[in-house]
Amino acid sequence: MNPPVLELRGVRKVYPGTPPVEPVAGISLTVHSGELVAVLGPSGSGKTTLLNLAAGLDRPTSGSVLIAGRPIERLSDRALSGLRAHRLGVVFQQFVLLDHLSAVENVATGLLYRGVPAHARLVKASAALDRVGLGGRTKHLASKLSGGERQRVAIARALVGAPDVVLADEPTGNLDTATGAALLALLQDLNRDGTTIVVITHDRTVAAAAPRRIELRDGRLVHDHRSPL
Amino acid sequence: MNSRLRAADVIPVATIGLRTRRGRAALSILGVTIGVAALVSVLGLTRSSQAELLARIDALGTNLLIVANGVGASGVESPLPATSAVTIARTDGVLAASATAALPGLHVYRNDRVGAGRHGGLAVRAADPALLSTLDGELAAGVFLSGPASLYPAAVLGYDAAQHLGIAGVAGPPLVWLGERWYTVIGVLRPLELAPEIDNSALIGQPAAAKDFGYDGHPTRIYVRTETERTFDVRHLLPRATDPQNPVAVAVSRPTDALDARLAAADATTGLFLGLSAIALLVGGIGIANVMVIAVLERRTEIGLRRALGATRGHVATQFLVESVILGAAGGTLGILLGGGVVYALAYQQNWQPLIPPAAAVGGLAAAIAVGALGGLYPALRAAYLPPTEALRSA
Repeated sequence: MNPPVLELRGVRKVYPGTPPVEPVAGISLTVHSGELVAVLGPSGSGKTTLLNLAAGLDRPTSGSVLIAGRPIERLSDRALSGLRAHRLGVVFQQFVLLDHLSAVENVATGLLYRGVPAHARLVKASAALDRVGLGGRTKHLASKLSGGERQRVAIARALVGAPDVVLADEPTGNLDTATGAALLALLQDLNRDGTTIVVITHDRTVAAAAPRRIELRDGRLVHDHRSPL
Repeated sequence: MNSRLRAADVIPVATIGLRTRRGRAALSILGVTIGVAALVSVLGLTRSSQAELLARIDALGTNLLIVANGVGASGVESPLPATSAVTIARTDGVLAASATAALPGLHVYRNDRVGAGRHGGLAVRAADPALLSTLDGELAAGVFLSGPASLYPAAVLGYDAAQHLGIAGVAGPPLVWLGERWYTVIGVLRPLELAPEIDNSALIGQPAAAKDFGYDGHPTRIYVRTETERTFDVRHLLPRATDPQNPVAVAVSRPTDALDARLAAADATTGLFLGLSAIALLVGGIGIANVMVIAVLERRTEIGLRRALGATRGHVATQFLVESVILGAAGGTLGILLGGGVVYALAYQQNWQPLIPPAAAVGGLAAAIAVGALGGLYPALRAAYLPPTEALRSA
């Protein structure tokens, strides 16, 4: 089996308050290079908190999150930011593009914090847009693109640095069925080419497309199912 | 494998907010622009006007002293001892001394038909022939009183007096009526900046004054040129030299003191206006801080995205801090241009040489940048310490 790119060991996340909220209540999980994993669960099951922890955007209350083998709870802001810049790609449900920049400039920001020179960023961004089927829309302003196109730009931005793993939070959540299906096909295609992808979703159709499905309920992992290859 | 933002990318990243919200950026730099413009124009105008005053003082010379009787009622010249011109001339450090005497009740008219009350304030003075050189004066026309001319009814008109009487030259020659007698105008003076009382007088010789108007030989005002470096010492010697019996009654003044006072007054107003400029700058800085706080609130999602893409807290802080420094610097640059424009326009209007002290321009820009940095510090730190998950929640 390929080496693990992401590992969670007994991870808990507790937000203080009365009563305290515990969206992630002890999850252990290993994602290996080349996998396409769907994390499935209803609203409030802890999916987004899990993604934030896996993306190094938040730190666990207890347990350990290892990105590329390094436990993030012991890293400085600078080192953790470095892991996000070099090892991870994130796709948000709301796309989160910079509307006043063109498609290619948005994708290029995926390499901004790696210290890649501007010209090289644009060349790689162009190639990434080609890969997601938006080669003809590079100069368009992000604000002028359709929802499906915006999500493809967001995926290209996550892919452009060839990260160890791409984490996608409800990537089809804001898209109509047909566009969502096309996007799902794109994710499968990227996975076949070797990209490790973790998709967070509450949509069983999306989850069904993944060879490995993890189900969460009340902050716990209740099911980890692999389809026979 | 650390996160890294290239130096060449800092400015493009920091100007994203400015490029997308141009109107707001323009308004937010207005306060700083006004502050720096005020600073530069106040310092520039002060320097330009002072340069003009200093040039005038230099041209006039600071070694002219005027001796008068300090006891007389205001505006009326009282007599000094008859020998005072001679004793002053013998004082150590004195280069020249020239006596004049206002002849009381005597005025100069264009002709004998003008009513006695309509003299326009033009006085008649007895003067000695050395007066012109002592005052460093110049003639616009004709000649000054000489030894022989002093004996006869000949007059030299001060600049204002000649203007008032409508006499431009000595061709003719023109005659003037001194109330009791006709006098021939033999010369007209150019303006004397340090002795305006001469400008509106008709000067006649002392012997003629004695013969025609009973002048008793007591001068009322003596002009003294000193060795420049000894002017201060001589000033203190003159009262006793003038009237050994009653030195306290003698008043010695230096006419360039009035110009010096104007220099000092200009300095005092400069301080006041600089204070106001500083307040405008401060208000501008608060404006920038305000705009930056709003920008951080509005751009939470962008901050979250940048953190997700690998930006460190330092990168986020740098982005917002550089943005506000750019606002300050832009305000400062515009302020220098605006202030410089004001200085050039006013200097042109006043016929001064426009001077902008380099320190004012450099200091103004530095102050604007500092104001931008201070105004941006708190918003930048707020942006940097915004947890990425919280920032992205608003997406």
